[in-house]
Amino acid sequence: MGRPSFVVMLLRYSDSRRLRTTSLALFAICALLGTIRPAHAQDTPLLSGGVAFLTSTTGGNTGYSPIVEPLLAAPIGPHLLLESRALLVENYHPDGKGGYDHTHFVGLTYMQGDYVVNPHLTVVGGSFILPFGTYNERLSPVWINNFQDGPLDVQLGLLGTGTGVGGELRGSAARTARYSIDYTTWFSARSGNQYFNAERSFGGRSSLYLPEQRLEMGLSYDRSLQGTHENFYGAHVWWEPKDEGLRLRSEYARGHHAQGYWIEADYRSSAYGGLNSWVGRLEPLFRMQQTFRRDTIVSDGVPLVNTQRADFGLDYNLPHNTRILTSYSRQFSSTGNENIWETGIVYRFLFPAWKGKVR
Amino acid sequence: MRAKNFVPGLLLAAAIGAASLAAPQGYTQSAPRRAQPQVRQYQAAKTTQVEDEGQRVFEQNCSRCHATPEGFSSRISGTIVRHMRVRANLSEHDEQVLLKYFNQ
Repeated sequence: MGRPSFVVMLLRYSDSRRLRTTSLALFAICALLGTIRPAHAQDTPLLSGGVAFLTSTTGGNTGYSPIVEPLLAAPIGPHLLLESRALLVENYHPDGKGGYDHTHFVGLTYMQGDYVVNPHLTVVGGSFILPFGTYNERLSPVWINNFQDGPLDVQLGLLGTGTGVGGELRGSAARTARYSIDYTTWFSARSGNQYFNAERSFGGRSSLYLPEQRLEMGLSYDRSLQGTHENFYGAHVWWEPKDEGLRLRSEYARGHHAQGYWIEADYRSSAYGGLNSWVGRLEPLFRMQQTFRRDTIVSDGVPLVNTQRADFGLDYNLPHNTRILTSYSRQFSSTGNENIWETGIVYRFLFPAWKGKVR
Repeated sequence: MRAKNFVPGLLLAAAIGAASLAAPQGYTQSAPRRAQPQVRQYQAAKTTQVEDEGQRVFEQNCSRCHATPEGFSSRISGTIVRHMRVRANLSEHDEQVLLKYFNQ
């Protein structure tokens, strides 16, 4: 009852064609899930995602954003997985006249089918998240990201939309107990469809992971094949010392007109009663980021002037998959320095798409 | 005295022998007090091994990006593992280990 009534509600109150079409797509996915019979009892399609309420204050103006980001995953047979993620955002912001205005966005982030051929090869088709760097594919979901907003240079290499329409090959090139090498390569066709917008492009990413050292290093590349052909290069290094509770992540990206990097550290202590004690649930964060313009031609989402920003955060991991996110950021640039205060609460849900018997 | 002690002893030995033949392996009449802890120890060791291995796979592949979700239905454990297999390029062995870990 919950799913259809939610969709009907969306259809009734939607005032745009985009909202209606996206709602219909979500409804079609739900209907498709309803027709799938899992091969095993533990292969029931799942509904996961995050619900968040975020606030951001800059220059005395506070904006409010309720967000719902559902993810559906449905295995079909032993090799195929269908998955999709949507984003529903309502943004309330000051209108400059003492009141508030609001905008909304509803859309599918991606919708893809994955065919697992063997451990070394998975074929992906559909609308997929561009695997450039790490943030877009691995950290952008609202229930994963430690900070509310992404890095300043996040748009470098994402070719406008951050998604491709076409195919992707991915898998593990080599894996031993001491190291593993993963790869991803993709090609996207040009798509002017407003729901699955993408540039004609290709690219790839490869990363080396050393499990004993908990160290990951990777390189990314992609190239736009329409309009002005541009190359983008990326590199990332992640390090999580074993049993230390410390996580270090960093990424560098370079485009034709701009470049930037970010370094993020977060820490959870298990020294005072474990991770589930009130101290262990605290998660201090720090992120440093800089962007540099090589010229003033705008072809990416990077700030128009060189910008530095330091983010100080303190998250609290409540029981039942709920997190409180707080952060203070100071941004420096030649157009003016500013403070950014952000708070929010995020709930992650994860449950079967329907009831079923446990064998 | 010797005969009095011998007959009950013989009966006891016969009973134990019959019970050991009739009972399934590892669950003899007189053995349970010794074997059950062994079975428990074996099961505990196996569980610990699966936990350790599963924990290792989880830490090295899943929790690099996200926190451990608290409690989910065993009906979707296979779907979660399939999803992680695609996202984290899990090997077939790691997939099986993770599935056992989730289903414990």
